[in-house]
Amino acid sequence: MTNLEKYINAFTTTFGIGESEVEGLEYQQIKAWDSIGHMSLVSAIEDAFGIMMDTDDIIDFSSFEKGKDILKKYDVEIESV
Amino acid sequence: MMWRLNQFKDNTAVIIEYGEKIPYSALLHDSQKLAEKVKDRCLVFNLCSNEYGSLLGYVAFLNNRIVPVMLDAHLDRMLLNNLIESYKPDYLWLPARMKNEFGYSVAYESNGYALLKTPYEKVFPLYDELALLLTTSGSTGSPKLVRQSYQNIQANTKSIAQYLDLDETERPITTLPMSYTYGLSIINTHLYVGASMILTQKTLMQKEFWQQFRDYKATSFGGVPYIYEMLDKLRFFRMDLPSLRTMTQAGGKLSPELHRKFAEYAAETGRKFIVMYGQTEATARMAYLPPEYALAKVGSMGIAIPGGKFRLIDADGNEITEPEAVGELVYEGANVTLGYAESGGDLAKGDERNGVLITGDMARRDKDGFYYIVGRKKRFLKIFGSRVNLDETERLIKSGFGDMDAACAGKDDEMVVFITDKTKEKEVQNFLEEKLNLNRLAFRVKYIESIPKNESGKTLYAALEKFYD
Repeated sequence: MTNLEKYINAFTTTFGIGESEVEGLEYQQIKAWDSIGHMSLVSAIEDAFGIMMDTDDIIDFSSFEKGKDILKKYDVEIESV
Repeated sequence: MMWRLNQFKDNTAVIIEYGEKIPYSALLHDSQKLAEKVKDRCLVFNLCSNEYGSLLGYVAFLNNRIVPVMLDAHLDRMLLNNLIESYKPDYLWLPARMKNEFGYSVAYESNGYALLKTPYEKVFPLYDELALLLTTSGSTGSPKLVRQSYQNIQANTKSIAQYLDLDETERPITTLPMSYTYGLSIINTHLYVGASMILTQKTLMQKEFWQQFRDYKATSFGGVPYIYEMLDKLRFFRMDLPSLRTMTQAGGKLSPELHRKFAEYAAETGRKFIVMYGQTEATARMAYLPPEYALAKVGSMGIAIPGGKFRLIDADGNEITEPEAVGELVYEGANVTLGYAESGGDLAKGDERNGVLITGDMARRDKDGFYYIVGRKKRFLKIFGSRVNLDETERLIKSGFGDMDAACAGKDDEMVVFITDKTKEKEVQNFLEEKLNLNRLAFRVKYIESIPKNESGKTLYAALEKFYD
């Protein structure tokens, strides 16, 4: 799996949505991405890339796009489509 | 009047998200203006959100003998319609953005909230002491409400303010909805002492929440178990929060590991961590673990609150006195609520409990008199702090999915739903997410060929346990 695929997969499995729905997705835009969903999403992403995110990054992770930027700090490059 | 707002008129009552400070004098003024529009004692649905409009509605209603039903503004619309149908409220008080969704006329607007007049006029008589109605859970569509009296609220509020040692310098930040008994008790107790409340709709997973926490100098927050799990995940112990004094916990049993972690953090940083126990049926609170025992009594929910009393009973109802024996927990106190309402007709009912609540929780008491919850008598789970009845959830699924059989089981924060139609797993998960208004992660839907049953057709839940994982 490419990093992009792993990244998308964390969203689709945590929130039970399709791949077409992740682009542009933001925190609290869907019911599944509430604070509980957020905690799971962060764990899924940490597991997928073998990283531990800092508090500031966890609470700043407010959208699908924003997350890509944040992951760069952890040397995880999400390929653009 | 429930609260003497005038006594604190120069104090800040509310700090809203953008930092505006609303004094008690304004809260008094705004709430009286709303009460004038409602005129006299009747039933109102308050669709709650952690914002000023919702709070001023609550204060207006309680202070003027108008009876609110406190509901989450995000409640599933079908469930809300069922409640309206069952209780026929005279008014709805809701976020103004929702005012056109019901076809009712707008009677008044204030601070982002709107008062809608329904076609109903005092359809059901209200018992004279009835103050407030709350749901018992995130709701499974059951119209069951807990009936709380003015005396219940006053007694519980006074007791909580006493054992938490609250004064007007406190500044709690909201982490729980005010339609939820624990969230509401935080509001009641702080209004009672003239403290300031930071009302925010942001969650602890958003940096704006922590910004507000620091900028407005929050002194305390309350959390159900999953909130403490989140805080742990957020490496809360490394955060710089100089204004924080007190953390309280209720709404289900915290794992002993987390209890210890937060108690140690509190001890090391000179703060208080207070584990508590309660139910909507007891207004809010029945027990607390005094903070000086937080580490010595990890896993315990403490002792009865001031003015309350516990005992344990065996299956025959006899009192158990020896330490460490498990029995059903019974509470006595002025905060034991009147009883339930299942429909509008029940609002006329008086006190059915006479100050005694059989909790349905199984507990033990150690030799020093501290109580520990060990299990439950009834089939429900606490999911993210909300009580979810397993049998009602089963009925919901069965009525939504025709002839498919289903059984609900599991443990707190994770319901395992067994269904007999393999193709419906995702659909059932979506259905429950919507109907129960809970994150989908609360439900694990699993296919099973058939639900194990005994000869009389009753589901054998114990036989399902081996399929949990």
